[in-house]
Amino acid sequence: MQINNEFKPKIVAFCCNWCSYAGADLAGTNRLNYPADVKIIRVPCSCRVNPMFILRAFQRGADGVIICGCHPGDCHYTSGNYYARRRITLLFSMLDYLGIERERTRLEWVSAAEGAKFSATMNEFVETVTKLGENKRLEDLRCKAE
Amino acid sequence: MYKISVEKLDDLFKKASESRTIYLPVDKENGAKFEKWSEGKKLSNALNTVRSAKDFIFPQTENLADFRISGKNIEVRDAHEELEDFVIFGMRACDARSFEILDKVFLAEPVDTYYKNRREHGVLVTIACTKPSETCFCQTFGIDPTKPEGDVSAWICDGEMYFESNTEKGKTFIESISALLEESGSEAVEKQQSETKEILAKLPLKDVKTDAFGGDKLNELFNSPKWAELSESCLGCGTCTFVCPTCQCYDIRDFDCGKEIKRFRCWDSCMYSDFTRMAHGNSRNSQLERFRQRFMHKLVYFPANNDGQFGCVGCGRCLSKCPISMNIVKVMKTLEG
Amino acid sequence: MQSRMIERAKQLLADGTVNRVIGWKKGEFAYDITPAVFESAEEIDKDFVYDDFCGHNLSKYLIKESRKEGKLLAFLKPCDTYSFNQLIKEHRIIRENVYIIGIACDGKADAEKIKAKGISGITGISSDDDTFTVKTIYDDEKISKSEVLEERCTVCKSRKHAVYDELIGDEGEVNENSGRFDMVTKLENMTADERYTFWRNELSKCIRCNACRNVCPACSCENCVFDNPNSGIAQKSAATSFEENMFHIIRAFHVAGRCTDCGECSRVCPQNIPLHLLNRKFIKDINELYGEYQAGVEDEGRTPLTSYTKDDCEPSIVNERGCK
Repeated sequence: MQINNEFKPKIVAFCCNWCSYAGADLAGTNRLNYPADVKIIRVPCSCRVNPMFILRAFQRGADGVIICGCHPGDCHYTSGNYYARRRITLLFSMLDYLGIERERTRLEWVSAAEGAKFSATMNEFVETVTKLGENKRLEDLRCKAE
Repeated sequence: MYKISVEKLDDLFKKASESRTIYLPVDKENGAKFEKWSEGKKLSNALNTVRSAKDFIFPQTENLADFRISGKNIEVRDAHEELEDFVIFGMRACDARSFEILDKVFLAEPVDTYYKNRREHGVLVTIACTKPSETCFCQTFGIDPTKPEGDVSAWICDGEMYFESNTEKGKTFIESISALLEESGSEAVEKQQSETKEILAKLPLKDVKTDAFGGDKLNELFNSPKWAELSESCLGCGTCTFVCPTCQCYDIRDFDCGKEIKRFRCWDSCMYSDFTRMAHGNSRNSQLERFRQRFMHKLVYFPANNDGQFGCVGCGRCLSKCPISMNIVKVMKTLEG
Repeated sequence: MQSRMIERAKQLLADGTVNRVIGWKKGEFAYDITPAVFESAEEIDKDFVYDDFCGHNLSKYLIKESRKEGKLLAFLKPCDTYSFNQLIKEHRIIRENVYIIGIACDGKADAEKIKAKGISGITGISSDDDTFTVKTIYDDEKISKSEVLEERCTVCKSRKHAVYDELIGDEGEVNENSGRFDMVTKLENMTADERYTFWRNELSKCIRCNACRNVCPACSCENCVFDNPNSGIAQKSAATSFEENMFHIIRAFHVAGRCTDCGECSRVCPQNIPLHLLNRKFIKDINELYGEYQAGVEDEGRTPLTSYTKDDCEPSIVNERGCK
């Protein structure tokens, strides 16, 4: 048997319940592929994503974190994603400031009708993170024990 | 007594590091810090390190055991480290005494085997102080900084470093480097000692006395109305505790790594709001009580349980590091006065 | 200055305007000053001090003190008044219970910087304009005050008070060109690897004493997330480099948009970590992305993170911006 040593990144995707999660569903029903390395966590709104969630994902072994929400203006709660946009921007900027690879984090607006966008975004993101390799700068060594 | 030229210290470290790891204070951007010796690292002249030497025998975090569940079995893995012999080269008298105090806590029954493991592997080489600072008050606790305790005492005078061993461990260490040393008289050291003693007599805190403290003063001190004003501006941070060479409280926690559980201990501070929190709640709910605990422990409870030995060595770290400059000297002076 | 403050404090105590005074109390040496509440003229005469080492921001104490019986006199330096206003905005201080005397400040000195010059055995410090004469048990030394100023004072953003009931000393000006973001810019212009090395070196010094959090006027939560045993983060010690990063990123983030840049976090850090560089990064980003904003100028209104506009930039701006 051949052992595949190729690096497979672990990706955590926080998806808003009303748009992006439905978008992911649509990708599924349309048989659009996206890598199995992406683990989706459903949240009520992109605004629910506390910066600590993102850091926690990295701690627990994620190599990339992506947040997906409704397009600006389409938030189920009218303004959640606007608040999220500011917060996530500042957080990403801070991670970059600390020297953590900026390509490991991403935010994308995906509506319930955008199954194709969901699949394309995930493929692209997985490819980017695969190139970056394992998350070393925000890792918690304790969680890496075999 | 033996001596070596200070210029030849590098040779000494090289020789000694053949059999042991050498740690010594080195100058960093923000004060001296203990580091592992390697070629090119120079012994700092600083009066003391920013962090105390207790990290060597009682590190801030330490793994105690790992647990792993497979099927119906729980596998427990002992996390005692395999240690090499090491030398802490260049501790001061205050830190050396702090080890004695920590020994009373960790080496009393039941013996703390993690601590014992580290303690047994270490040789302490202490260097006498020659330029004490205003925050020094080790004399209050009967420490002589001109003749520091430890396995080996050392003095640096006029470009020479003098050694004298105090224990078997110290003797073995001196023997291991004896090829580099020459025998010497003690005149230079004695001269330095008397000079330093003159400086010690001028220190602003030389008159801090322990007479008003001790195990028998419990009720009177505990009920003193002065704790309120002393503690009113305390921030409740752990700076004093974490820079203190004798603070020994720790907490044991489990960390779930996903695949296994790591049980570790880490320093705790009685200044923290969740110190000794139990199922029923917390026994000390105000900062006054927490603040009082720290000083009562050092000045009353500890001597009560340890033949009158106080839990402070007068190193002065808390005096220079407390964000609001409230410290044990102010506490002692206020409670006395 | 000190004598005018003492005189006015005693007057206000005597005429019943206030029943307590919060200020600074003398220490053992020249520089180890402690914030303290005084209740009588005798206490003030005995211990009250205001000099070059009174750097402590008293605003945070007012959360607790303003909830006590009676009115309190607080002496606030310009940067303290920003913190005060911010706390009023967050409904943490009861304004009616505080009488503020704004006091002029020409920068505070950092005792550690004096010691770093090799000066030891300090028994007294007297100042004459810009010169400190340091009395020690060894030789007396003269140094210039500007050499030993706290970092935050070398880039003072404002000598103008944001709020006061009365003023002692001359009112200063806001300094738009303080240069306080210079170091942030310098870091931004480094490569990611250099920045990573810089921050790892700094944050690995952290001993998790929580002094930065406890002194911070913006960290006024009744119960901090890091004090919650269920948060999964060790409150008491950073067991891994991840936890060091986590604590400092999250703490800086929690005060983003509310931090007035008073600089207390860096002043108190026993390990001298330049924590202000994290807060200033957020302030600089907010200024650049969402418009100039200085927390604490006003005592009402929304903060940048509790408001938005429909055409805010996307997070991808982080990738597009100039820094390497």
